[in-house]
Amino acid sequence: MSRALVVGAAPPALMRIAIAGNPNSGKTTVFNALTGLRMKVANYPGVTVERREGRMRGADAALLDLPGIYSLSARSPDEVIARDVLIGHLEDSPLPSAVLVIVDASNLERNLFLATQVVELGLPTVMALTMMDRVRARGRTIDCALLSARLGVPVVPVVGTTGEGIAALRDALAHVGPQGSRGIERMMPPSLEEAIDEAAEHFRSNGAFGGVRPRALAALWLAERLSDGDSTKGPAGQRAAARWGPTNEKLLATSARLAGALPDAPAAAIEARYRYIARLTEGVISPPASGDPAAAPPDLTDRIDRVLTHRVGGPVVFAAVMFGLFLSIFSGAEPLMDAIEGGQRFVAATVAAALPEGALQSLINDGMIAGVGAVIIFFPQICILFFLLAILEDTGYMARAAFIMDRLMSRVGLHGKSFIPLLSSYACAIPGILATRTIEDRRDRLTTILVAPLMSCSARLPVYLIVIAAVFGDRPMLKSAVLFGMYAFGTVSALTMAYLFKRSLLAGPRPTFIMELPPYRVPRVAGLIRATWHRSKSFLTEAGTVIFAACIVIWALSYFPGPPAMAAAVSSARGEAAGVDAGQPLAVEALAGSERLRSSFLGKLGRLIEPVIEPLGFDWRIGVGLLSSFAAREVFVSTMGITFAVGEADETSPELRHRLASATWPDGSRVLTPLTGIGLMVFYVLACQCVSTLAVVRKETGSWKWPALMFGYMTVLAYFASLAVHQIGLRFHLGA
Amino acid sequence: MAETLQIAFGARFLASMVPGERGRVTLVRGPTSVRHRLMEMGLTPGTDVRMIRAAPLGDPIEIQLRSYRLSLRRSEAADIEIEAG
Repeated sequence: MSRALVVGAAPPALMRIAIAGNPNSGKTTVFNALTGLRMKVANYPGVTVERREGRMRGADAALLDLPGIYSLSARSPDEVIARDVLIGHLEDSPLPSAVLVIVDASNLERNLFLATQVVELGLPTVMALTMMDRVRARGRTIDCALLSARLGVPVVPVVGTTGEGIAALRDALAHVGPQGSRGIERMMPPSLEEAIDEAAEHFRSNGAFGGVRPRALAALWLAERLSDGDSTKGPAGQRAAARWGPTNEKLLATSARLAGALPDAPAAAIEARYRYIARLTEGVISPPASGDPAAAPPDLTDRIDRVLTHRVGGPVVFAAVMFGLFLSIFSGAEPLMDAIEGGQRFVAATVAAALPEGALQSLINDGMIAGVGAVIIFFPQICILFFLLAILEDTGYMARAAFIMDRLMSRVGLHGKSFIPLLSSYACAIPGILATRTIEDRRDRLTTILVAPLMSCSARLPVYLIVIAAVFGDRPMLKSAVLFGMYAFGTVSALTMAYLFKRSLLAGPRPTFIMELPPYRVPRVAGLIRATWHRSKSFLTEAGTVIFAACIVIWALSYFPGPPAMAAAVSSARGEAAGVDAGQPLAVEALAGSERLRSSFLGKLGRLIEPVIEPLGFDWRIGVGLLSSFAAREVFVSTMGITFAVGEADETSPELRHRLASATWPDGSRVLTPLTGIGLMVFYVLACQCVSTLAVVRKETGSWKWPALMFGYMTVLAYFASLAVHQIGLRFHLGA
Repeated sequence: MAETLQIAFGARFLASMVPGERGRVTLVRGPTSVRHRLMEMGLTPGTDVRMIRAAPLGDPIEIQLRSYRLSLRRSEAADIEIEAG
């Protein structure tokens, strides 16, 4: 048997240990304790399930932290990945040389459901019992030796937060050997056992799964086959065929026979496993000191939940927490963002001083430095958001947030877990989209992803601010109301679109909400920092490259082919400048830039689309701003700065505000009236002007189909909403 | 709906339990994948459950089983038949 070969071979230079366990089982804490600070975070190929790998301290072993799952039945992407790693059937991931299975000792029965499935795979396995402190606090003890003897694998008690038992665990992992030869306990109903035996024959002869017990493979295959109805057709069938290899008549006959003999075999298997677990744990856990567990005083989690999920207190605390989250993302990041902008200006000025004016200087300053700036400007916000999300996650509050919000979210067909991603999208859709990974159901997750960019992100804020300032002048109440209106409009649009998607394209069976409410715990600072850093870093490397590239492309489009003759441009600029601003050299330079943009590819495109955007009340200059915004919205402000010949501009620039407000059509009427201002902002609320978001969606969904759909529906929505605003406004003479 | 069924068939459902009430699961129904997921989470026939509370807006609910807390919507809980514990 191939497993014997693996075991009998000389020990490989590097042990590869996969860590499996339930969500909230303390798996990550154990992983962190075993690895120290060194780890690599990446994604599994094709999906964005986080792949966390580290080196075990004091041993030649690589640790692979699998996503937290409840079962090997592989219904969610996380489960599919974990299962495929454990059966050695994932690209670039050879069969692990050993498995560490984490079991929350305070929740033994349900944790053992997955753990026994993992043990049965037959790989060299160590079991760690975490949360032993909580077990002791309940006045109970666990007989690890007895459990170990019954399971046939070493069982090590640990307390991840204090490091207790970690040394023993490391030792057990370093010396883990093959499991005993007793095989899998025959716990299933006879007809199912028979089918497993038959199917096991098939997998025994299939060399692709060497090292995993054929009976375990057979059980997994039968469960998958009988759960999904006809899983041989369509993409699911193709994936199944790729994973399990070709099926033959005999194997299919086995599953058909089982389906006839035992209706709902997977359910019978689950029941049989829980009965087996009851036998396994009998006598392993001491009875509670106080006798009846119900008589015990409510624990801390219970007392906290009486407030945090209280009918009145719950929503109040929740609103406060969300407000705090929102506020920290907005204002907490501000000084850092200012510093980044300052640094960017400084570097650009240094380059400008060192290099002669021309294409190279412009490429470096307006292309590359602006590109890098566009990436790192979001970094502080993303770090803060990820840090706060890690706190909510690690304390256990995230699950309560979903619990509280599920009712509201279900009104539009979404899931309680969709709330945090949507809220995060107020800061930036990218972390919001990344935060949808906790949503199990594919349709719910896709819906959340598709509508997340409708929540007004922080990149829209500068656009709103400059436009509002330009058209509403000095009426602070009105200005605030309009700004609030834009945020509200985005939110309502997102919820409406979610409702529509869930009733059309992504309509599916009744949505479900089955979620564990883990006990509250105090998060570990080191763990929080680690999670924040690795997730934020992956934003820099993954989205960053696309944003950077897009900035270079936009730069090239706005720089080339250059004005027909530079001299003519400058002289014409001088002529105009004389009329505008007493011929200051700065103004001349700005006008030359404006002239260059006008004759660039981007300027040509702007004029090309003018007939299309004219019904919206926009001229070609705003068109250029719209086009350049498709790389990233905040580019609008700086492009407007160039288009309206102000030079360097940000949203607080009084001159740009003035220029925007006084720009006219050839017939002398104003371009940016309050009406077009509103129309312009409505366009920005709805349009998907963010290459990075599209790049992230592509990565998250594994296909260009969804980003294409997102871009399409949002652009159409933006155009027609903006058109409606302008045309209806004109009808009611609101144009002035 | 759960109440109507209860009157009609004498069955009780998890969805109609009141906070603090105990019961034992007798049958898990519903769409295949949901049923299997609920069972994997430990809601198998014979399991003791206790209703803890409902969310502030009345749905979902929180229950205790096998020494942990699980939340699920009333629509799912309406597919879980229980008997007095």
